[in-house]
Order: sequence, then structure tokens, then C-alpha cells
Amino acid sequence: MIEITWKITIRIPRQRQDEISAEWQDFSVEISPDETVLDAVEKIWAFQDHTLTFRHACHHSTCGACGMRVNGVEKLTCITPIREVTRNNGTLRVEPLRNFPVVSDLVVDLSRFFEDIERMHPPQVATNRQDNLLYEPVADESANLERLVDCIECGLCVSACPVALTDNEYLGPASLAALQQALAASIDTAEIDLADHHTGAWRCHSAFECSAVCPSNVEPGYRIMDLRKQLMQKNFKQWFGGKGKRA
Amino acid sequence: MKSTPSSKNFYQWFDPRGRSISSWGFIINRITALGLSLYFILHLIMLGQLTQGQQAYDGFIALVKNPIFAVGELLVIAAGVLHGINGVRIGLTSFGIGVRYQVMMLIFGAVISAGIIIFFGFRMFGGV
Repeated sequence: MIEITWKITIRIPRQRQDEISAEWQDFSVEISPDETVLDAVEKIWAFQDHTLTFRHACHHSTCGACGMRVNGVEKLTCITPIREVTRNNGTLRVEPLRNFPVVSDLVVDLSRFFEDIERMHPPQVATNRQDNLLYEPVADESANLERLVDCIECGLCVSACPVALTDNEYLGPASLAALQQALAASIDTAEIDLADHHTGAWRCHSAFECSAVCPSNVEPGYRIMDLRKQLMQKNFKQWFGGKGKRA
Repeated sequence: MKSTPSSKNFYQWFDPRGRSISSWGFIINRITALGLSLYFILHLIMLGQLTQGQQAYDGFIALVKNPIFAVGELLVIAAGVLHGINGVRIGLTSFGIGVRYQVMMLIFGAVISAGIIIFFGFRMFGGV
């Protein structure tokens, strides 16, 4: 078996929490095109610069820790093969996620993001039927099987969202999707009113970038639209005399 | 700390690099909205010429008969059509209608818009 090795240049913005601007640093890496972007970043850390900081854990798209921007697009780097994002002798731009405070190099502070999701009381486990959007086909025999809810809390959706770029108060796609999942699973502590706010479901401008970059097929954009539908049903009921606490 | 959300980042709304086709709808709606707002302001300024008397108004009308302004008018029509049809798509999806087909609706809307814009283009410039 012939082992192919590519020589690529990886550009990474180097910065610390208290620094105003980042300084780009180029690293030359020899790597198989079938290895991943995370493998390349780890090689830089292991063989070239021990001060490079980045998050990683499971290496198989379950933990959501290694979300970064690769050539300007949000990716889970542990499942992004080098050959998909560059070519031999090519250059790869690896940046931290947008719309989060940068802690250091490729590490961003996700604490508020996690807190917002927690506030929505998303289910950890749901039945297939509960967790699916209305349009998704659900096979009858699997409808009552339990499964882990898809969101891996990687933050890619928030980074891709154009509204989150400019509005610090926006709850963001992951939190709103979590609320939709909680409501779908009939979790008592889930409050739809959390989304009925100018920083909630109404703040979304339907770019659907969150759905485009989601590595877990959560479809946050579609869930936000579902939340809006529920909110409109609830509000119409309230305005025209019904009770309508929850649609 | 850098990279936190800020209104100063608004220019990145208009950068389509690396973004999905859905973002084109987002970008087009913002550009057309800005264009239509600008047109609205210019329109009010034009109407304001009425208060300056007949001579000033006639002079302004003679100026806007320049073909360059006709191109501008076509751009206004294009902006109105694109913004309106994409607005229908966003309205429908916001009611939970056709969310799964939002990309298809965007492409369909763009084709319909192109047809309308070409029709108006021929009507306005076909006889030139």
C-alpha cells in the first residue's frame, strides 16, 4: 500500500485573552490527506509548538470540543479530512469559532453558550417520535425507541449565524433548538416564553447557516421556525380569548 | 477578548464566502432593503422639489429622463421584486410552512424574479 503524504501550510491566528489583535503564524506540516484537520493541529502542537492551545477530546464527533473555522467555514475538525479542505502544497486557514470570546489561540469561551442551553432544559434522551421534526419520517417500529438527543453542543451554529455576529443578546440557534426539543419532549420545565422575545426566536433572520454547518443534523434553523409557529399559535390564542399557555 | 458579537461586524453579513445557498437569500434581502431605503429617501427629495415651484420640479424631471436614471429605475424594480418574493419565502417559513423546501423556494423565487426583471428590462429598453 502506497502511503501518500502532502505538504501543507496551516495558518493559525495566535492570540491571548488580553491581546487586542491576533498575529497569524504559518506552520508547515507533512500529513496524509486522509488524516483530519485536528490531526494536523495536534502534529503542530506535538512537533513544532507546545504553546499552541486548542480543544479536543473524543476524536469521533461526539464531544463537540474541536469546532473551529477551516478556511472560513465552521467544521468539526476531528471529522474533516485534509483532502476535503485543501490540496497538496496548499494552505489551510484554521481559526477559532466566531461570536465567542477568544480565550487563547483556537480556544473560545463557551460558558455562556452552555448556560443558555441549560436554561432551556433540553432532554438528554428522547424517543425518536418526540425528537423528530414533524416533516421527518419516523419508522413506526422505531418510534418509541429511545436515543440520545443529537446536539453535541459544539457551537458551530452560533459561529455561522450572521445574527449572532452582531447581537450579543441573541439566544442563538443551539439554545432555541434545545428549547424546541424540550417542548417536543413535553418537559414540564421548558418555557416557550423564553423564545418569545426580540432576542429569541423572533431575532432569527432565516439565513439557515446554523442548519448548513450543524455536524449532527439537529437542523436548528428548522427548529426555530417550528418555535415561531408554536409562538404564533400561542399568541393568537391569547389575543383572541383562548388560554394558549402552550401551543 | 476578541471575536465577541458586535454591531461593528455587520459588514460580514455581506461576505458569502464559505456560506450556504440560504445565505444568498439573507444577503440579497439586506442589500435590496438598503437599496430600497435609499430610493425611498431620494423619492422624498424628488417630491420635495414640488415645494420649490414648477420650474425646479420640471428641471429635476428633465434630469431624471437621462438613461442612467432608467437603469436606476430598473434596479429599483429588481430590488423590489427580489425583496418581495424572498420576503414571501421568509414569511411562509416563519409560519412553519415549507421549511424543508426553503432552499428550493429560494431558487424558484430567484428564477421567477429574474424572469420579471428581464421582462421589465425589455419593456424599458427593448425599444431603444
